Amino acid sequence: MTSRAASTAPVGDLPAPTYRRAYRPAERRLVGGVAAGLADHLGVPVLYVRLAFIVATWFQGIGVIAYLLLWRFLPLEGPDLSPGLESATRRGLRSGGRAGPTEIAQTIALGAVGIGVLLLIQATGRGIDDGLFGPLLVAVIGVAVIWRQFDDVAWSRWMRQTSGWAFASRVAAGAGLVAVAALYFLTKEGGWGAALNLASALVVAVLGIGLILGPWISRLLGDLARERRERVRSQERADVAAHLHDSVLQTLALLQKNAGDAAVVATLARRQERELRDWLYGNDEQPGDSLVAALRAAAADVEDAHRVPVEVIAVGDAPLDANVSALVQAAREAMINAAKHSGDDRVDVYAETGAQQAQVFVRDRGTGFDLDSIADDRMGVRGSIIARIERHGGTATIRSEPGGGTEVAMSVPVRAEHTPTETTSSQEDTR
Amino acid sequence: MTPLRIAIVDDHAMFRTGVKAEIDGRVDVVGEADDVESAVAMIAQTSPDVVLLDVHMPGGGGLEVIRRLHVRHPDTKFLALSVSDAAEDVIGIIRAGARGYVTKNISGPELFDAIERVAGGDAVFSPRLAGFVLDAFAGTIEIAQVDEDLDRLTEREREVMRLIARGYAYKEVAKELFISIKTVETHVSSVLRKLQLSSRHELTRWANDRRLI
Repeated sequence: MTSRAASTAPVGDLPAPTYRRAYRPAERRLVGGVAAGLADHLGVPVLYVRLAFIVATWFQGIGVIAYLLLWRFLPLEGPDLSPGLESATRRGLRSGGRAGPTEIAQTIALGAVGIGVLLLIQATGRGIDDGLFGPLLVAVIGVAVIWRQFDDVAWSRWMRQTSGWAFASRVAAGAGLVAVAALYFLTKEGGWGAALNLASALVVAVLGIGLILGPWISRLLGDLARERRERVRSQERADVAAHLHDSVLQTLALLQKNAGDAAVVATLARRQERELRDWLYGNDEQPGDSLVAALRAAAADVEDAHRVPVEVIAVGDAPLDANVSALVQAAREAMINAAKHSGDDRVDVYAETGAQQAQVFVRDRGTGFDLDSIADDRMGVRGSIIARIERHGGTATIRSEPGGGTEVAMSVPVRAEHTPTETTSSQEDTR
Repeated sequence: MTPLRIAIVDDHAMFRTGVKAEIDGRVDVVGEADDVESAVAMIAQTSPDVVLLDVHMPGGGGLEVIRRLHVRHPDTKFLALSVSDAAEDVIGIIRAGARGYVTKNISGPELFDAIERVAGGDAVFSPRLAGFVLDAFAGTIEIAQVDEDLDRLTEREREVMRLIARGYAYKEVAKELFISIKTVETHVSSVLRKLQLSSRHELTRWANDRRLI
């Protein structure tokens, strides 16, 4: 996990954070998502986290307090979705992951055991003072209910206001809590568990002060950079959407003009499909970024120029260096050959980046050719593909049989410091 | 042989019409639906052999349809057919129990082939799905992981997936690896099973990793 954090490349103009933040996953919440978020963050099963919260509750309710505080301070993290998925989610066209019935049953059982033990502790007289336990339990449940109503948006609005009724009520609540803590502390003296009582009083006091100082604390802790990034991104998306809609209109106009020419219609439709698909479901990667982005760009060019659909499937990715660029160039050449000469109506491109090498396969099911029959002075295949790859320490093999299609397999070594997506050494099946 | 009984669930009427026109005659389209509620009712009533299921649909999407029907109708087989090729959708619907996934620009004969295969109990992997699966299972997993054999693809399964991702048809995969088509189908089905059963933890991590690439 740490290696992943360390290998994160800086995104855009924002420097990569040097620490990992915990989030509450919006789509996997049972109550507040705190346990799920912590489990993800710590890399442990969520059951253990829930267990820890319940065990901590036996000690003067620390578990509950910790849960509520984390609920407040861990930011809610929606899954980072492409615009198409985001919109489909918002309109109720898709449902996200949700906790399975076993998990719900497990949590309820765990909660029941927790409350049972809590009551048992109470019965033995070792818990919170008897007179206080009942009211405290009711208060905790009340706070939890209000908290639930108040989650997130309402909370942050309430916590950030520095004037108006929200401000007044917050300060009043905070002052009230501080007063309660002070009274509680002053009226209790000595006896068993005085230290724990003091701690409880302190926690209540801190909560009260927190409420009063809320806006400032909140501003301090609130991730402003994140908000800014979000705003910039949504503006960008609006721009892209406008541009795309515009280009859809242009394409439709062109389609009407060229309705008789099937090839033109197909090309236009295909290009428009690609643009929309990239925007809706793709990543916002730029051609200069990586092997996959560059391959997709090359495929799009070939598709436009030769009117043959080129499908790119990629596993793993690598940044563009000299070797990888050469691989992309060679792959583009292979795609052009396939589109121009094979006579097939589609070209499949598959790229896989492992720890040691990046591979690209370009395949068609067209006429094929006899490699040996190509004259030495034909530079297309030998010069642009084989020689180019070999200059960069890689290998390129071409398999083709007349009538059986052609597959060009190319691979170049990649530098070791990339995040490997595959660590098992695999024997290559290219011949 | 009686033709296969098919249901088409998609919120775009035009698309349903198009699919019907393409596969009609070879299969028997017994029902259509355009949202989750009507789909659940229609499938429960007609119990088709295969449901062509759109991923994005009013009422919670294809995922919701599978969730509601999976327990009561374990025999109904779902083939996801979507315009979305986002990994989240694809992997999500497969993990919910769909037997295969193809994108909507699939040709008529290919779609018919996929329907037959799903009806016969096999899995259908498009090149894109094979790519996602390779991606999802690419990382090594700690040895301590309990369901270790589930969370890993065998070298042979990986080879089969890789060839499918490269655009090979099952027949060509068999020829390439010198195995029978039946064996290819066995490998593909076992990959699907692993994908559906492997631990939530591992795939969550894959999803996290993807964002960072």
